[in-house]
Amino acid sequence: MITITLNETVTASNDLDAEALRARMREAGTLLVNLMSSPGSGKTTLLSRIIRELPELRIGVMEADIESDVDARRIEALGAAAIQVHTSGMCHMDAGMTAAAWEAMEAKDRDLIFLENVGNLICPAEYDTGAAKNIMLLSVPEGDDKPLKYPLMFQKSDALVITKTDALPFFNFDLEACAERVHRLNPLIRIFPVSAKTGEGMEALEQWITGELQAFKHNDIQI
Amino acid sequence: MHEMGIVLHLAKTLDQTAEEHKLKAIGKVVLQVGEVSGIMTELFTDAWDYFKLRHPVLKESELVLETIPAVTWCDSCKQTYETVKYGRECPYCGSGETWLLRGNECIIKEIEAE
Repeated sequence: MITITLNETVTASNDLDAEALRARMREAGTLLVNLMSSPGSGKTTLLSRIIRELPELRIGVMEADIESDVDARRIEALGAAAIQVHTSGMCHMDAGMTAAAWEAMEAKDRDLIFLENVGNLICPAEYDTGAAKNIMLLSVPEGDDKPLKYPLMFQKSDALVITKTDALPFFNFDLEACAERVHRLNPLIRIFPVSAKTGEGMEALEQWITGELQAFKHNDIQI
Repeated sequence: MHEMGIVLHLAKTLDQTAEEHKLKAIGKVVLQVGEVSGIMTELFTDAWDYFKLRHPVLKESELVLETIPAVTWCDSCKQTYETVKYGRECPYCGSGETWLLRGNECIIKEIEAE
């Protein structure tokens, strides 16, 4: 009997897979963006609007859900490349699953691929998917207290999109208080309040995305 | 479900370790689990007992969990305090400028094998 000292995190093997995928995406020239949020925060609606408003970009979407392909069908109806990934009960995507989805995707010439992670504010934040950028969505009906309850996801994200701002008159959602809580957890995070329904705020978000894409293509993005 | 994901990664990492060190069987697996890592230890060992049977090298393994107490640092008054007892707000000065120092980890400390 021998004793081997490891002292490594349980997810160490995932971290290696994630680094490998990031290198492959860099080689392919595709910016992989991981979208995380609760179920029903409006990920697919937001993506639909982005796809319509940025027709010059070749966009692909990986839809990760426990069941069904309704989201992938919505994206394909807009003419973007989509692949549906079933996580078979798992509550998050890890780097191995993301790499497998990339393998299975027919269109390899994408500028930008959005990974729509499983709707969940906890586990997806703990697993590096291999994405170059992480975006979190928080919808107005969910409430401005979420940064207090699920701090890790806010800490791991490069941008926070506050969705459904058209519903602000009906909810006690304090945008300023929310921004202050979020910045306390992550001083560098960018915050974009938007309504994918009315289009309010979409321009600023789309400018940020295209800016990040350009920086990625010119190799001066830190990933 | 959260526990299941961690168990799958743990099994994968240990499989790789076994291959690297040419191990035939892994016995004790010592894990250090942070107090606020969100891992439910009972559910975790149950999931392990289910999944280990799928990996020949892990079939006889046994998880030993050690708890790492959670400690928070207050940036305003430069002191540390017990996270679980007091939460995000510093019990000494009431500041919210606090950071978790440890207690969120899940580390494979060591394994016994042959």
